[in-house]
Amino acid sequence: MRSIRFGYGISKPRAIDIDSNDLRKSNEILREMPELQTCIGCGSCTASCTAGNLTQFNFRRVHTLVRRGEYMGAYEEMNKCMLCGKCRLVCPRGINTRGLAMLIKRKLGDF
Amino acid sequence: MKRASWQEYQKDIADDKYYYARSCIRQNFFPGSERAFLDILRGDLGRDVMDDPIHTSCTGIGYHSDVVPLETIMTVVARQFALMGEAGYENFISSCITSFGIYTEILSTWEEFPETEERTREYLYKATGRELVKPRSLAHTSDIVFHFRDEIARKAKRKLVNVYTGRPLRVVEHIGCHYAKIFPKSGIGGSEFPYVLAGMIESWGGEVVDYPERRHCCGFGFRNYLVQANRGYSIANSQKKLESMSPYKPDFIVGNCPGCSMFLDRWQYAIAEMEGTTYGADGQGIPVLTYEEMAGLVLGYDPWELGMQMHQVDVEPLLDKMGVEYDPAAKYLGRDGRYIGKPERAAVNNGCQRAIYDIKL
Repeated sequence: MRSIRFGYGISKPRAIDIDSNDLRKSNEILREMPELQTCIGCGSCTASCTAGNLTQFNFRRVHTLVRRGEYMGAYEEMNKCMLCGKCRLVCPRGINTRGLAMLIKRKLGDF
Repeated sequence: MKRASWQEYQKDIADDKYYYARSCIRQNFFPGSERAFLDILRGDLGRDVMDDPIHTSCTGIGYHSDVVPLETIMTVVARQFALMGEAGYENFISSCITSFGIYTEILSTWEEFPETEERTREYLYKATGRELVKPRSLAHTSDIVFHFRDEIARKAKRKLVNVYTGRPLRVVEHIGCHYAKIFPKSGIGGSEFPYVLAGMIESWGGEVVDYPERRHCCGFGFRNYLVQANRGYSIANSQKKLESMSPYKPDFIVGNCPGCSMFLDRWQYAIAEMEGTTYGADGQGIPVLTYEEMAGLVLGYDPWELGMQMHQVDVEPLLDKMGVEYDPAAKYLGRDGRYIGKPERAAVNNGCQRAIYDIKL
């Protein structure tokens, strides 16, 4: 094989395969906090987030990935949350988002 | 019962007197194909085709890359139709899938929003002094070959059959996205069961391979490819298709879109260089043909006159399987018999050109 510099590589697929993902932790979280299923993904939590204002932390992204069984790096990401609770004040569905941040950390702490 | 959902989507295809709009990129990618189409239609089938030297690109690539505005492309397309009218033709045929999609989209826009047609007429008149004439029928050139597939089968010099085993050749067909995915009614078989290439393959004795990613895009996608940093996404789509078709051991791939045929052919080289993976038999690539080349081989044309020496993946193993007689020494000789140069050896090639030309040189 010759080493040609093409200036790009072959992108890895970013599709999420729900069938192959382990949804046990995700189901536990949804069982303990069923109102999360009413999330409409509006992003108000991310928009109002204090930590997200200072870092790349994106709460909507993390909890959406966790619900789909994509746990890689979620615990470390969630540690950026300052637990100020502003997201809970703006959530149009009244989801206890601060409680959700704690729940994800508790459930995924051993991942 | 054999499923024949494609029969629900049919369209009227004119039988004669075509105005031919060439592709802007195809003559670089597969340089003999458009010539072969004209030769087949005029010589073998005796049809009247106008090959107009003054028509232009449809500017579709610029349009899909957000460089050419909608009003501009509508005016360019209106000029093509005006040229057709001036030449006395009514049946517009396009060699490129992107152009075909553009023409279909613009005719549909004019129908849904008549004020855009009026504005385009005005722009065209102000810019060129020409009058817009809308075509009576619009078809892609693969539709035309599909239309005459039985006539071609009757005149066939050879079939899509492996001469060593007597079994049909296994063919992967790839339909360009812009053929029917935008306007399903515009394609034979619609967007889900396009039959245009499968019909040709079946008529000429081959066997169509049905594999999981059959309807997946080749990855061209204009902006995905034009920006170098995005090409990883483009090549990943082709790789997905090649990985999916490889276990079915296809003898060749046939495409009806300039971009798809080009990418499925050339990306095999790039993937082999990047990852060392090849998808064909004996560690080589899978040959990729255009439908005109496939029709040309069936009708007994010389593969080098069809421009098949310009492919990335060598076609000789396929020619041998089909029983095509060819002169290996003439592969890289141009029309006047002069040596035109040869590509470097690559993993996807079988290297047969090296043996001959290196001795000769």
